Amino acid sequence: MSDVPSAPNTHAIGLYINGEQHHLQVPPWLTLLDLLRDELDLVGTKKGCDHGQCGACTVLRNGRRVNACLTLAIMCDGDELTTIEGLAHGDRLHPLQQAFIAHDAFQCGYCTPGQICSAVGMAREGRARSRAQIQEAMSGNLCRCGAYSNIVAAVEEALPQMGGPRP
Amino acid sequence: MNSPLSGQPLDRVDGPAKVTGRARYAGEYPEPGLLYGSVVSGNVARGRIRRIDCDAALAVPGVVEVLHHLNRPKMAGDDESYEDADAAEGKPFRPLFNDRVLYSGQPLALVVAESLEVARYAGSLVRIEIDAEAHRTDLFAELDNAHDAPAELPGPRGDFAGAFEAAPFKVDATYSTPVEHHNPMEPHASTVIYNADGSLQVHDKTQGTQNSQDYLVKVFDLPKERVRVCAAYVGGAFGSGLRPQYQLTLAAMAALRLQRSVRVTLTRQQMFTFGYRPRTVQRLRLGADAQGRLLAISHEATGQTSRFEDFTEHLVEWSGMLYRCDNVALGYRLVPLDVYTPLDMRAPGAASGVIALECAMDELAQALSLDPLELRRVNFADSNGNEGKPYSSKALLDCYARGALRFGWHSRDPRPRSMQDQGELVGWGMAGGVWEAMQMKASARARLDADGHLWVSSATTDIGTGTYTVMTQIAADAFGMALADVTFQLGDSSLPTAPLQGGSFTVSSVGPAVRQACQALRGKLVAWAKGRYPELAGIDAGAFVVRDGQLQVAGKAYALEAMDVRVDAEPSARRQGFASATHSAVFVEVRIDEALGTLRVSRVVSAVAAGRVINPKTARSQILGGVVWGLGMALQEETQIDHGLGRYMNHNLAEYHIPVNADIGEIEVIFVDEPDDIVNELGSKGVGEIGVVGVAAAVANAVCHATGRRVRDFPLTVEKLLG
Ligand code: FES
Ligand code: FES
Repeated sequence: MSDVPSAPNTHAIGLYINGEQHHLQVPPWLTLLDLLRDELDLVGTKKGCDHGQCGACTVLRNGRRVNACLTLAIMCDGDELTTIEGLAHGDRLHPLQQAFIAHDAFQCGYCTPGQICSAVGMAREGRARSRAQIQEAMSGNLCRCGAYSNIVAAVEEALPQMGGPRP
Repeated sequence: MNSPLSGQPLDRVDGPAKVTGRARYAGEYPEPGLLYGSVVSGNVARGRIRRIDCDAALAVPGVVEVLHHLNRPKMAGDDESYEDADAAEGKPFRPLFNDRVLYSGQPLALVVAESLEVARYAGSLVRIEIDAEAHRTDLFAELDNAHDAPAELPGPRGDFAGAFEAAPFKVDATYSTPVEHHNPMEPHASTVIYNADGSLQVHDKTQGTQNSQDYLVKVFDLPKERVRVCAAYVGGAFGSGLRPQYQLTLAAMAALRLQRSVRVTLTRQQMFTFGYRPRTVQRLRLGADAQGRLLAISHEATGQTSRFEDFTEHLVEWSGMLYRCDNVALGYRLVPLDVYTPLDMRAPGAASGVIALECAMDELAQALSLDPLELRRVNFADSNGNEGKPYSSKALLDCYARGALRFGWHSRDPRPRSMQDQGELVGWGMAGGVWEAMQMKASARARLDADGHLWVSSATTDIGTGTYTVMTQIAADAFGMALADVTFQLGDSSLPTAPLQGGSFTVSSVGPAVRQACQALRGKLVAWAKGRYPELAGIDAGAFVVRDGQLQVAGKAYALEAMDVRVDAEPSARRQGFASATHSAVFVEVRIDEALGTLRVSRVVSAVAAGRVINPKTARSQILGGVVWGLGMALQEETQIDHGLGRYMNHNLAEYHIPVNADIGEIEVIFVDEPDDIVNELGSKGVGEIGVVGVAAAVANAVCHATGRRVRDFPLTVEKLLG
């Protein structure tokens, strides 16, 4: 395993991130998470474990929630990605962002972008309606500050404004 | 003037930044030419490095340097330089200092490269040969090697041995608590920006920017004015940021050597390679008369520490102060092991020590056939027996009453296994909680701009506690101004001195400094205005208002001038004759499926007495978070070590279990009124720790009520509930 790799082959990919088109050259091992954070300075997407264990890196890929740390950038050619930076319209916050503030659904804020993206994805899935279902469907997003009760309250409040499942 | 902002449940002022992803944390500051450091960790618990071979790593395109103990830049050679504001007694760990391997997971080299991926890959190519030596990591196997902890314990009072011997009702039980890791969601990170003039601008994950600054200044012998440490946002810490951690040392080391900007972010696995809550074993002996009055209390604890520092926490003191008792003996010993030094972790000492006390109280109530809540009422203490001083306030009886009412405690059938519902065993348990209400020196600056905006600052941090918001409220009230016209700045070592953010003393320490600075600035403004505008000379100071960018007095507007004031606040002198503490009563309902051994905590009521609450919304969140921590301590959290290897086995978030959303039932938080004009001028005691204290004991007590089984070894995992 100690052979030294030659300079990486990079591959051209095209992505829409928060509505903006990007043409990028990426090495094959670059994760979507590191692409967002280190190459594009979209640091709102967080890295809590890099192993798919915490949900801090949750983004929306073609409307579905995914762990960006488990997604290679090269897999996303042609995809539409929404990160936490893409949810608000200018100064107008997404209803869920508003609800998170109103219910104090965070403390340190580090899990928050992942929680919010995850809840937006969950709303589109259309499966979680009751409090218990929301709790189950949001259990892939850890919050060490323990803001869970308030996260559920915020999601419950904003759910009706999030349009439910996509047609 | 409008009604005060303090006491109102305002939204966080940093909320919009956090929900939009605009809030930047330590490892998120971009910088042209930034290099990435990846830490190479050892996997031997004790030994000496024989050889480090970096050739293969250095040959990887993009690798700039591999630093280790043989080629690192010069570092201080005395222990004092490594001692920080939260240092334990002993010889602090020095990263990459020499060939000694002191614990498994120790950083042994740092690969610095143009990208994170290259640095990490090259790290896997660094070959390190270690001459391993025999190691010891098991506290229970080493109890014979304990020594007295260098802690200032209250001396024995009365005659414990005699009173215990004579007591008609007794409990003698031993409890154990495991190693736990802080695991804030944000891994520790430091971005060190190397400025053109050679000065360092550091973004560090820390609970004390000035602590990190002092550390770098001493360790690398740098002029203080050339090191600035910032922490605008901290992604949780819970104590992990109280001491400068090694990623800071390594990032600074690399930046100084290479004269370039460097970032070092630890992996989640590496978050298990520094401080943690120590494993403890605790023996509790209680003696009581037939009415439940405590005649004798002894609390003897042994905790683990490293071989290089004696870490102490307030583990046993609570047993001498929560209840009234004349015969008390406390003991605290430490066992040094081949592990890293433990570190303060949310409610350090109390979170573990009160488990033993409050489980033993439940066992005593059972022995007496007395209601556990009644037992605590009978033993209420209005003075702190350790110090022989009355409490400045202690509304614990109200916590008992309101918590019990809300929970419905009166309808509890005391017999174990008596309450069942839909095939599940139901158990109700309760416990008390206590934490010190401290106050430290702190400074603040208040500055009024000519356009009427108030800027207030202090070098404290906001680790999710709500400091930005609460200080803004205090400042706006003290100056008499709208919230929107006030900005509070923190997290920068160049701001006025503040203590570490920990111990629940930020509001009570920094709050008075902020208040005094704003009051003084207001006084200065009034005096200036009366001189500048003679027609204001006779007008009462209360009529002066800053609004819409102007000074407004009696319906007329006047231009402002910029001015500022800096204040150093001291702990209130009135505290001297008193003891001060926060208290809580926690009530828990558990539901257990005995066939499967599954346990759910369906309800928690936490009633808290913490003096005056400045922001009920953020304070409630602190308590909610504390309760979640308590549930984790009760049921899940445990860092498991393979003593053969001397290494943690579950060092990741899939195997180190913390509560997830679906684990959390209903949690209700009650703040009882507790006026206190002694503790400090705000009457506030702080709420960061109290929420966790007592919760784990209440769960264990509820489990015993549900099943008849008393588990004394934490956490209460499934195998301990089955069979
Ligand atoms: S960072 Fe992707 S799941 Fe934790
Ligand atoms: S808000 Fe801190 S981890 Fe969730």
